[in-house]
Amino acid sequence: MSLLNVKNLTKNFGGLAAVSNVTMTFEPNELVGLIGPNGAGKTTLFNLLTGVYEPSEGLITIERSGKQQTINGLKPYKIADLGLGRTFQNIRLFKDLTVLDNVLIAMNSKNSESFLSSILRLPDFYKKEAQLQAQAAELLAIFNLQDQALALAKNLSYGQQRRLEIVRALATKPKVLFLDEPAAGMNPQETQELTQLIRKIQKDFKLTIVLIEHDMSLVMDVCQRIYVLEYGRLIAHGLPDEIKNNPQVIEAYLGGELTC
Amino acid sequence: MDGQLLVQQLVNGLFLGSIYALLALGYTMVYGIIKLINFAHGEIYMIGGFLGYFFINHLKLGFFPALILAMAGAAIVGVLIELLAYRPLRKSTRIAALITAIGVSFLLQNSMIYFFGPDKRSFPQAIKHVSYNFGFIQVSNIQLLILATAVILMIVLQLIIKKTKMGKAMRAVSVDADAAQLMGINVNRTISFTFALGSALAAAAGILIGLYYNSIDPMMGVVPGLKSFVAAVLGGIGIIPGAALGGFVIGLLETFTIAIGFSEYKDALVYALLIVILLIRPAGILGKNLKEKV
Amino acid sequence: MKKNLKYNALWLLFAVVIYGLIYLLYFTGVITPFTEYTLIMIGINIILALGLNLIIGFAGQFSLGHAGFMAIGAYSASILSIKFPTMGGFFLGILVGMVIAGIIALVVGLPTLRLKGDYLAIATLGISEIIRIVIINMGTLTNGPAGLFGIPPMVNWPLIFGFVAVVSLVIINYIRSGAGRATQAIREDEIAAESMGVNTTKYKVIAFIIGAVTASVAGALYASYIQTITPKDFGFMKSIDILIIVVFGGIGSVSGTFVAAIVLGILNMLLQDAGALRMIIYALALIVIMIYKPGGLLGTWEFSMKGFVTRVNKKEETADVSTKREKSN
Repeated sequence: MSLLNVKNLTKNFGGLAAVSNVTMTFEPNELVGLIGPNGAGKTTLFNLLTGVYEPSEGLITIERSGKQQTINGLKPYKIADLGLGRTFQNIRLFKDLTVLDNVLIAMNSKNSESFLSSILRLPDFYKKEAQLQAQAAELLAIFNLQDQALALAKNLSYGQQRRLEIVRALATKPKVLFLDEPAAGMNPQETQELTQLIRKIQKDFKLTIVLIEHDMSLVMDVCQRIYVLEYGRLIAHGLPDEIKNNPQVIEAYLGGELTC
Repeated sequence: MDGQLLVQQLVNGLFLGSIYALLALGYTMVYGIIKLINFAHGEIYMIGGFLGYFFINHLKLGFFPALILAMAGAAIVGVLIELLAYRPLRKSTRIAALITAIGVSFLLQNSMIYFFGPDKRSFPQAIKHVSYNFGFIQVSNIQLLILATAVILMIVLQLIIKKTKMGKAMRAVSVDADAAQLMGINVNRTISFTFALGSALAAAAGILIGLYYNSIDPMMGVVPGLKSFVAAVLGGIGIIPGAALGGFVIGLLETFTIAIGFSEYKDALVYALLIVILLIRPAGILGKNLKEKV
Repeated sequence: MKKNLKYNALWLLFAVVIYGLIYLLYFTGVITPFTEYTLIMIGINIILALGLNLIIGFAGQFSLGHAGFMAIGAYSASILSIKFPTMGGFFLGILVGMVIAGIIALVVGLPTLRLKGDYLAIATLGISEIIRIVIINMGTLTNGPAGLFGIPPMVNWPLIFGFVAVVSLVIINYIRSGAGRATQAIREDEIAAESMGVNTTKYKVIAFIIGAVTASVAGALYASYIQTITPKDFGFMKSIDILIIVVFGGIGSVSGTFVAAIVLGILNMLLQDAGALRMIIYALALIVIMIYKPGGLLGTWEFSMKGFVTRVNKKEETADVSTKREKSN
């Protein structure tokens, strides 16, 4: 049974079908790419899967204790709880909060402190806080951000911010991690580092990563499978080599036949 | 329930609605163009009333010259407010802009109280009240004047919006200010013009009300201002015909509430209506829905 | 663990010192019945402004409805105080006010807090006005527009001080907890917060309820001190008065709220006879602050006991180092 199942997913905005009849599956611990020209509906698809948008038609289910649970129409925070984490195309960090707070917030839903305990500052509260801070610090250390723990998120460099986006998403302990253009605005060296990072995350955290990217070198390098979207429809699906040579994909990106 | 009383109140509602419509138009135009609730709009209405009082009482002008001059004066005030208080905040958060608008509103109210005292003043009877009877319905000439003036002004506004270059510019800036600027439209001038138009209409409403009730006071803009905002939202904020529609609906609703004997709750009803619209259909009667891009 | 106890003990010491200071002011006659009004009002305003800052500054929800909840507390406490003119009756009134305010905040907040920015502001303003109009129309219970008078005076400055301390403790401890962080995340970026597992509706409503309940407590204290209340006292003007404190102090700064409440309280006392001129000055100040410092005068600066202690320790260290250097020279 697949971890995440998408069947005939459609999203209409007024008269426009942003996503049309998309069917996909995602297995545990794999790295899947989602590519397509600008405006193909990739981010919309992410938004549908994480609950930011509600599907017009179709079914999204996630595997839970051996059963398929429908997540259509659930609010984003519930879907995050069920194990779908994400980053955003345009970094959406909590800018005026510290790096540490950004991570702690993502850990909050699975580690809530009782209201009374917080207000009365019972020893239980201090214990929990210490635990959370330790866990968060560990996570930050893996990604080399521990020295920035008390810095405000808005004061980080661009590369550090992009990394923090990913760390924050990981802090929600997801089973599936959606990365929306994580390499945007990065130079070749940073992209290389990111590639290593993504591989490392998949190995160490044992989760499924779904990657939207325009940087083809990154996608072909790291993805085990690739879906291709154009005008909201799936036009191809397969291994990187298959996709590279797929005429429909080439046409979608280059917009026409190449005549010699 | 007295059927005649009901009809009379509904007729009254039309006139009240004209006032709300004139005010609502100003709100909706400003919100449409810079996405700001101009909290001080009710005060422009009040200033219009005071200007009319000044022109009629102290300069001994007739009603219609006073009306025109007051509209012009209020237009200038509106433009100044935008220039000094709102323009610096064009790039700020919505909350900062709203707090500033509240500040301007209070500044105007209290300035008027400081310089002219908080009491009601009697507005001169520039036009004598005459009552007409249509069957059992009683209508005063002032009410008819209100309705006529409002309708004429609305038609003029519609012509300006649809037929003039500035009107087109207003519509363009409302949709996309950056694109409009790239097309060569002077966005600042367009926004100033919008404020001027909205303020002029508000001033007209203020003078008409002053004439009708024979009184003006510095706080007269607070409640009508809020109610007209509700009217603008009801009709569809940013949509000009919506403001007119909303104004009449609120006016009728208010007098209907009085007619069925709940006059103590007439204000509460309007506020409750606002909350209900915002929850059920925030785009308003004539509005369309826009979602935030993620 | 020991560190936390140390800082908490320091804060307790701080509170005791302030209490002692106020006592001294009374003892030496600096505080007269005239100036006492300012002191008490500062205390009540601190409670009001902290609650509003929680909603606006920390949860990022622009509410203009604080006065309505204050009215609920004022009237509950007054009605029950008049009926049972004992401390017990007064406290019962406070409790009833808190419960009513809390329930209304929950019922009204759940649907309304979906709204954003300007719309939420106007909606909460409407709610406040509806509460006020309902109170006016409750017949002999509330005595309509004339209001209630002869409310038994049950408060003195130690009692107010106690309430200020408790409310401050509750709000500050809430902000500096997991729930408080989640609340601030909503202010920062609601969509991102929700995608990270934060139940945004829950935290917005909780903040709103805490604000409403504390406003209600402040209203009760106000009624018992002033001994006369009318519906007019709880109009939009009141909500703006509190907003001014929050804005001047810093939207999202608890320390700023304290400073602003004290400074504005004293300023109000000095400008008492200026009437409308006072409001003109405040309105102008509001506009100027929004243009030049939209986060409020103190922004999000916070006084931190940890930071204070660290700096004191550092000063001692550098003093030690320089004396050591002198000795060795």
